[in-house]
Amino acid sequence: MSSIAQKKGFGATIWDYLTTVDHKKIAILYLISGGFFFIVGGIEAMLIRIQLAQPDNDFISAGFYNQILTMHGTTMIFLAAMPLLFAFMNAVVPLQIGARDVAFPFLNSLGFWMFFFGGIFLNLSWFMGGAPDAGWTSYASLSLASPGHGIDFYALGLQISGGGTLIAGINFLVTIINMRAPGMTYMRMPLFTWSTFVASALILFAFPPLTVGLFFMIFDRMFGANFFDHTMGGNTIIWEHLFWIFGHPEVYILILPAFGIFSEIFATFSRKRLFGYSAMVFATVLIGFLGFMVWVHHMFTVGMGPTANAIFAVATMAIAVPTGVKIFNWLLTMWGGSIKFTTAMLYAVGFIPTFVAGGVTGIMQAAAPLDYQLHDSYFIVAHFHYVIVGGVVLGLLAGLHFYWPLMFNTMLNETLGKLTFWLFFIGFHLTFFIQHFLGLLGMPRRVFTYGANQGWDLYNAISSFGAIFMAIGVAILVANIFMTISKNQAVGNDPWGDGRTLEWAIPQPVPFYNFKQTPLVRGLDTFWIEKQEGNKEGMLYAEPISDIHMPNNSIIPFVMSFGLFVGAFGALFNGEKSWAIPVLILGLIITFIAMGTRSLKDDLGYHIHKEDLMDTKGGKH
Amino acid sequence: MGHDVHTQFKTQTEYEYSRRRSANEMRGQVTTFAIMIFLTLISFTAVYAGFPANFIIPIILLLAAVQVILQLYYFMHMSHKGHETASLFLFSGVMVAFITVLTFLTIVWW
Amino acid sequence: MDLNTKYTPQSWPQHSENATLEGKNKFVGFWLFLGGETVLFASLFATYLALKNKGPSGMEFTTQELYELPLVFIMTMLLLTSSLTSVYAMYHMKNYNFKSMQAWLMVTVLLGAAFLGFEIYEFNHYVHLGFTYSQSAFSSAFFTLVGTHGLHVVIGLGWIILLMLRNSKRGLNLYNAPKFYLAALYWHFIDVVWVFIFTVVYLMGVIG
Repeated sequence: MSSIAQKKGFGATIWDYLTTVDHKKIAILYLISGGFFFIVGGIEAMLIRIQLAQPDNDFISAGFYNQILTMHGTTMIFLAAMPLLFAFMNAVVPLQIGARDVAFPFLNSLGFWMFFFGGIFLNLSWFMGGAPDAGWTSYASLSLASPGHGIDFYALGLQISGGGTLIAGINFLVTIINMRAPGMTYMRMPLFTWSTFVASALILFAFPPLTVGLFFMIFDRMFGANFFDHTMGGNTIIWEHLFWIFGHPEVYILILPAFGIFSEIFATFSRKRLFGYSAMVFATVLIGFLGFMVWVHHMFTVGMGPTANAIFAVATMAIAVPTGVKIFNWLLTMWGGSIKFTTAMLYAVGFIPTFVAGGVTGIMQAAAPLDYQLHDSYFIVAHFHYVIVGGVVLGLLAGLHFYWPLMFNTMLNETLGKLTFWLFFIGFHLTFFIQHFLGLLGMPRRVFTYGANQGWDLYNAISSFGAIFMAIGVAILVANIFMTISKNQAVGNDPWGDGRTLEWAIPQPVPFYNFKQTPLVRGLDTFWIEKQEGNKEGMLYAEPISDIHMPNNSIIPFVMSFGLFVGAFGALFNGEKSWAIPVLILGLIITFIAMGTRSLKDDLGYHIHKEDLMDTKGGKH
Repeated sequence: MGHDVHTQFKTQTEYEYSRRRSANEMRGQVTTFAIMIFLTLISFTAVYAGFPANFIIPIILLLAAVQVILQLYYFMHMSHKGHETASLFLFSGVMVAFITVLTFLTIVWW
Repeated sequence: MDLNTKYTPQSWPQHSENATLEGKNKFVGFWLFLGGETVLFASLFATYLALKNKGPSGMEFTTQELYELPLVFIMTMLLLTSSLTSVYAMYHMKNYNFKSMQAWLMVTVLLGAAFLGFEIYEFNHYVHLGFTYSQSAFSSAFFTLVGTHGLHVVIGLGWIILLMLRNSKRGLNLYNAPKFYLAALYWHFIDVVWVFIFTVVYLMGVIG
């Protein structure tokens, strides 16, 4: 894609990506692997819809259906949506705040490889005796009873990739706290940076409970512990709490960066400053805060008593307030603006009614008595697809079109992009709107088939029909991507013409050190301000050209994560195969040796000298 | 950016001042330590003395909290400048921690 | 940053732990990590409290009969003292006195190792009584909570020892000063967790 990559041999390029610590390349790695898992999860979704297209179908067996359903949810949340968001965070945030890299480039790479190996490990379950089959929530009463190794793959795979996510979260927090360019105060940060900041803080506090819960699951299933076994004094509700203490903030971890992307898009394509910037920031922080107070609403029917249910019902409804603030701010950003309907903008405009619908059904479920009716029905399925697909996936697709020129210096085809949007948007509503009514008609979720003539047949057929539109939409998107890559037509910086923030001011392709000179930020929407004042370069500089310090590439993160991957097989077969414990130890030794190498060998990085920066090529490579 | 470090020689007076200040601080740390040991002794003694549980439990929890605050603010230097971010995130963590423990004490068994 | 810069007590910065951007990043990042660790331990404590004294029907172990307070008292003293000795080490780092810093770190490591020894003895003792990891929900929760703390002690010891060995020849510089500082912070955090363990697990366990 970049001219540098073409000059090098294939092997050298691979090695470059295996060892890279450059946030822009790590963004591409996240994009490719997240995209891959998105396709895998999509295929699983299509299998689900084929199976449910008609009553009493035997396209796939009940057991296999459970595996597909579990893996669809797990893959889409952990292995597709989060990495794709990390791709945009990596590609955009350091550029938006005027930094040369993230705070911990080495950890950035480690975070990616841990996610990658965790995801691969989880998906290897398909070929090694069956995937997990207890739902993405993996409630302990189900998962402890699940035969085979599916759940073990789930627990170990998520443990590894969860560690990577935690590392990435801390990295972004420190980057945003410490690495902002001079003048980039907190209240001048673009909203995508703000939402990344809050989402990363949620990661920091939400992932430890998941880690603990998964360890309990691993110990219960593989090492003889009794946390969830009621005959031994355990309690399965503990898993539910730990999972949802993580799980609820997780949905905000997903949606907040999507909100950030939309905020950038609305402002850019309305050619207006974001309406109510400070209210938006406040709402983002408030959503993050409230996100930790509401997890019990997933467990209303567990029977915790009216007091607990009432408290959490009220807290849940409170979240609608900051979210409403955001919706109105977006609408008012568009109000009176000179709107350009690019593909990204179409997604953004389509997102508003879709997400509002998902939010409204959310408030319905927040009312605990009604939730007793709706619980575990297709109404729930419809609701969370409206918020996750209607919010996160539309945000990702919008971001893909919007930030593609920033990442690759080429532009995705707008006509095909709009076609994808309409197919996906129509298909989405066809598939999921009708599921609200299926739920109200009593169809339970997570069933592999249903009897005919209960009034569900036609609705299910419509739902499956809609899924075809989405699949075609995604297929066109993939074709669009390949066409764009093969054409490889450079577009330069600020391809939308209306870029407002610092990332659009950098010359394309972005130099590997990002900024030759650290920029000076004079206000919100820096680039816009400079353009308005006729500054051709698009930024002011805070320092003269001088040597730039850069981190060295390293293969150690890859090896470290690979060690965990190997060790996980040992843990998985503990007590079953004689080689299990040795393999577990071997894997941990690989990891520890890699860690030891890292700590014993000084890695001070290198400097790009001033003279090299002055010449047009700009330094090494 | 901040990569180049400017070494700055302190004058003799500045040097002596900073030495003295560190030494003072260290004396404070030893006092803190003495208090912490004392608090621990009170907790253990209270339990050994066999006072009613409803009386001891709040007291030893309070003593633990005091001890942790001493540890955080003096041993871990949170009382120093430049710890604003650290406190924000640590206390956010404490808040989530508190809610977690509270729920597990109230709505896990019923 | 140049490793070869020689410092004297006069030129050594007052806050060597965050005199460089790398140091600042490490400093903030580590505090954030400690915030996350707080939640991690809270989940373990919460689970322990929920599963305390819960086991299969006819379970014979309760906190009141099981725990050995004198042992816990010695362990507490060891760990508290090691916290003070690591403060001494940091005091000497501030004064650019490498030898004394290493000496105090050595004392810290020895105290930590003694703590660990007692903990291993304690666990071994319980296991011999029949209170094994798989015996009940209570035993699983107890060993996981206290064991996770023990694992932190092991990691902390390994970290400090590795730092001492790696830098024994070359002394202090602005590259390793943040690392020493963070290792000390980690050690204090281990102590913070222990304060809650001896209070909530042992003392409140003995009260019943």
